[in-house]
Amino acid sequence: MGFFIEVLFGGFLAGVLYALVALGFVLIFKASGVFNFAQGAMVLFAALSLVRLMEWMPIPIALLVSVGIMIVFALVVERLVLRPLVNQEGIILFMATIGVSYFVDGFGQTIWGSEIYTLDLGLPKEPVIILESVFEGGVLVNKFDLVAAVIAGILVTVLAVFFQKTRIGRALRAVADDHQAAQSVGIPLRDIWVIVWSTSGIVALVAGIVWGSALGVQFSISLVALKALPVLILGGFTSVPGAIIGGLIIGAGEKLAEVFIGPSFGGGIENWFAYMLALLFLLVRPQGLFGERIIERV
Amino acid sequence: MTATGGRRIGDVLLKVEDISLSFGGVRALSGVSFDIRKHEIRAIIGPNGAGKSSMLNVINGFYHPQKGKIIFKDIARTDIGPYDAASRGIARTFQNIALFRGMSTLDNIMTGRLLKMKRNLFWQALYWGPARREEMEHRAAAERIIDFLEIQSIRKVPVGRLPYGLQKRVELGRALAAEPELLLLDEPMAGMNVEEKEDMCRFILDVNDEFGTTIALIEHDMGVVMDISDRVVVLDYGKKIADGTPDEVRGNQAVIDAYLGVQH
Repeated sequence: MGFFIEVLFGGFLAGVLYALVALGFVLIFKASGVFNFAQGAMVLFAALSLVRLMEWMPIPIALLVSVGIMIVFALVVERLVLRPLVNQEGIILFMATIGVSYFVDGFGQTIWGSEIYTLDLGLPKEPVIILESVFEGGVLVNKFDLVAAVIAGILVTVLAVFFQKTRIGRALRAVADDHQAAQSVGIPLRDIWVIVWSTSGIVALVAGIVWGSALGVQFSISLVALKALPVLILGGFTSVPGAIIGGLIIGAGEKLAEVFIGPSFGGGIENWFAYMLALLFLLVRPQGLFGERIIERV
Repeated sequence: MTATGGRRIGDVLLKVEDISLSFGGVRALSGVSFDIRKHEIRAIIGPNGAGKSSMLNVINGFYHPQKGKIIFKDIARTDIGPYDAASRGIARTFQNIALFRGMSTLDNIMTGRLLKMKRNLFWQALYWGPARREEMEHRAAAERIIDFLEIQSIRKVPVGRLPYGLQKRVELGRALAAEPELLLLDEPMAGMNVEEKEDMCRFILDVNDEFGTTIALIEHDMGVVMDISDRVVVLDYGKKIADGTPDEVRGNQAVIDAYLGVQH
């Protein structure tokens, strides 16, 4: 039993990391109906900026400057990419984000360098044993994973309150539904886009910090974004809490599957289990667990 | 003029002067001028492709004309965006319904009130008390519109699921929620059956009568246009060919030719 709990915990904590990346996707999808392919590149770019800036200045200032960089990034994307594409189909905006993604990948590594950097913010990393009184031998967890979970929890609470309890949430949904109609009722499209891209830039920075601390800041970080895809399909593209629950299910699911049913497949199922789960979900519940209902009237 | 009750046509509210708009080589509007007076119902008619919708898009700032002036409430402007137009009191509906399909009727109407709410989006997140009170006031206003348009029963229904006629009504509700001075209606009765058309006519007349809202509408049903509008402007191939009361327009040879398709 203790071993099961340990695997489950490990899965949950991996899931939190997926959820952090998924969150960035959800924010932009909610506000523009666009799947932002560049989210992974933004995570890498934010992490690279921070890690290189830390060589020059103290950590808190480097953090602030990185946040500033992500806001400037949002302004530039709005001006150069989104504004000329108002009222275009979602698929066209999606193509544009693929372009943004390649640009940011290249640009980030050109100015910040493309080696592997260690990111050390002084987060605790030593493993601890918890629940020793409940199970024999207790449950082994990594302190760093716990810190990551707490960060994700705070971030989600703040975002959920901000986007669901204030009227900006309604404005966001309106923009996602119909640009033209949103403008006609006086929703400032440009401001909304800058706010959302800035927020998702900051979420990317947080994800970059957590992933970067765990794996080192390197190009492969931008690929973890792919793991966010099954998370989104499970949780729903439009739900902030959905991203978290989806992340936890995917994280726990793939770890448990690897450990308990993996051996009968010869192992290594962790790599594709998430995608298979997503595929099953698409068949049964395409809008995800918490997504908005898809209504089509013909 | 078909002035009803105490309704009085006032001064000029909006004036468009010599508007020319083209997309590449295609001329959508050339040298169109007319005015809309306070409290009147002004119809814009013309055959398909005459530039009617382009005209509305110019008025509410979606299109920026290459030439000409738009004077709204005595202030001239040439290239303001839809956001500014909305905040100055111009609301509109669309030819092919542009509602927020995933949201309920009530939420759609509430978005129409966004401009009426306090500007600072961020502080609202912190001030729970006042923000909640404000939300309730706007909710009450939205409910009044729902009552007015007799759509209480579909308050919570996602609009994507509603039949076409009702969607048109919700869209009118969203425009009304902004308490506009000038309401632009792009084919409010397209695709409706006779009964739905009669309802919509009644709502348009009531809005005009009770709230004193100035209305500019595009419509193809000539019976409706002649019945409810005070003055009619007729466009054809982007040019104004007639302007006057329904009776004057009806007898105008250029208008008859335009509709019957005489060679130009």
